[in-house]
Amino acid sequence: MTISEARAKLDAGDVTAVKLAQTYLDAIKKSNDDLNAYLEVFDDVLEQAKAADKKIEKGESGPLTGIPIGVKDNILIKGRTASAGSKILETYTATYDATVTKKLKDQGVVFLGRTNCDEFAMGSSTENSAYGVTKNPHDESRVPGGTSGGSAAAVAAELATVALGSDTGGSIRQPGSFCGVVGLKPTYGSVSRSGLMAQGSSLDVIGPLAQTVTDAETVFSAIKGHDTMDSTSVPNNLYPTVAEKKTLFMGVPRDFLKDLDPVIAASFDDALEKYARIGYEVVDVDLPHIRHALASYYVIMFAESSTNLSRFDGVKYGLHEEGATLLDDYVQTRASGFGAEVRRRILLGTYVLSAGYYDAYYGKATQARELIREDFNGAFGSVDVIAMPTTPTPAFKIGEKNDPLSMYLADIFTVPVSLAGNPGMSVPMGTTSVDGTELPLGIQLVADHLHEDRLFQAGKDFLDEK
Amino acid sequence: MIEKKEIEELGALARIKLTDKEIEGFQKEFGDILSYISELSVIARKEKEPKAGTVYNVLREDENPHESGVYTDDLLQEMPQSENGYLKVKKIL
Repeated sequence: MTISEARAKLDAGDVTAVKLAQTYLDAIKKSNDDLNAYLEVFDDVLEQAKAADKKIEKGESGPLTGIPIGVKDNILIKGRTASAGSKILETYTATYDATVTKKLKDQGVVFLGRTNCDEFAMGSSTENSAYGVTKNPHDESRVPGGTSGGSAAAVAAELATVALGSDTGGSIRQPGSFCGVVGLKPTYGSVSRSGLMAQGSSLDVIGPLAQTVTDAETVFSAIKGHDTMDSTSVPNNLYPTVAEKKTLFMGVPRDFLKDLDPVIAASFDDALEKYARIGYEVVDVDLPHIRHALASYYVIMFAESSTNLSRFDGVKYGLHEEGATLLDDYVQTRASGFGAEVRRRILLGTYVLSAGYYDAYYGKATQARELIREDFNGAFGSVDVIAMPTTPTPAFKIGEKNDPLSMYLADIFTVPVSLAGNPGMSVPMGTTSVDGTELPLGIQLVADHLHEDRLFQAGKDFLDEK
Repeated sequence: MIEKKEIEELGALARIKLTDKEIEGFQKEFGDILSYISELSVIARKEKEPKAGTVYNVLREDENPHESGVYTDDLLQEMPQSENGYLKVKKIL
């Protein structure tokens, strides 16, 4: 059920929030053992729903009151475990609410549970979770994508109306594409990062995974806005005033897409044809520097993650391993608490930030980032939306990508958008048959900073949503 | 391929204990990853300096502090070792 459908039923009194929540609890009970979308289902779901029903009865209902949602395991809800898919935080209880959590609580949403993700949001498949991989509901031998794989799988399997994820280099859009749902990465700074566990602080954004573009818009409206708890949050007066445009110009970076897998290319061409048919002006755009995006992204992300994860030392909170000296405590805690990919990124971050290598890697990466940002800014001078596939392939098999570099390459279309801070949204663009199973594909729509409105317009047009 | 010694040094800097087997794996993987990201070297030196975004004061006013001690118990609860309301660590001197 979509948010819109649930809202109509709740407000009309056709269903109570308690009954709705129970439906989802039953569905989770039935299939979560197989899918592993949720790491924990909260034990007070029905009480939350009761409180929502009271709100609805009193006529105080907002767009999300009583709506059952899943929350990625790296977003804090006070008094509840938040482990970021890591052993180092297995028993950590959040001591405060993330800003998004607070906003959703104010509306009276029902938090169903915390969804699985790659450890500290590092990965592209949810295979890096310390608590086991999540399976793709379309084919359980395949990954749901990552890092918000649990959230995407939960929405695709109808184990939540909608779920929150976080996106650093594609972690909402790519699992959205792999699971056949809508995944929105908002403009950097439009949604507060307060209470989101930091990975790449100049890249991280919280956003929704939803069944429809309308639902993604509803959640985005509820969680966006300036926050004094996040110094990179965009002040409200910088938001553009929105004027609906009749004809949208859609740019396609053909040069960047010339080695596309034929299956993806065919589906993407069909999508562009549809856009042309419904009145979009589809034109070529040149983004000459995005070929450097992946290298630039990984350098910046390694550097920022190694810095951010230095806080986990076994002293202040989380896992503690007892050693002979304080230094032993640190090295042993970090060795046994962090998984392989996290250790790998911390070491690589330490490497690229070392004196002597700093200019060659981090310096160059930030220069490339600036060039990429200018490419996008230039393109949005002439087009309203840029379109490209979300991923270079459909969902891959669990265990298929066993060397880290090949996993990193899965993010090729999503990282340029993250580097530039633009909003991007993956929308289902059809399926392809692989070994007799229909696997979803996604089209990524990108807009100018703070122009999520263009994404919603283009997304709804594509999916024929009113 | 990157030297074993170099990986060990990174481990020491990052305060992570590494096993020999892990170091061996990282040697090969890091070689591949570093050679991939080295393509950035084609970007001419000083071609582009990163720009600051719109500059404005991001600091909030220092007012309306929360009541002293309201978070203390919750935070202490999360500490691996504490004593009499203090975080307990090993002697460092």
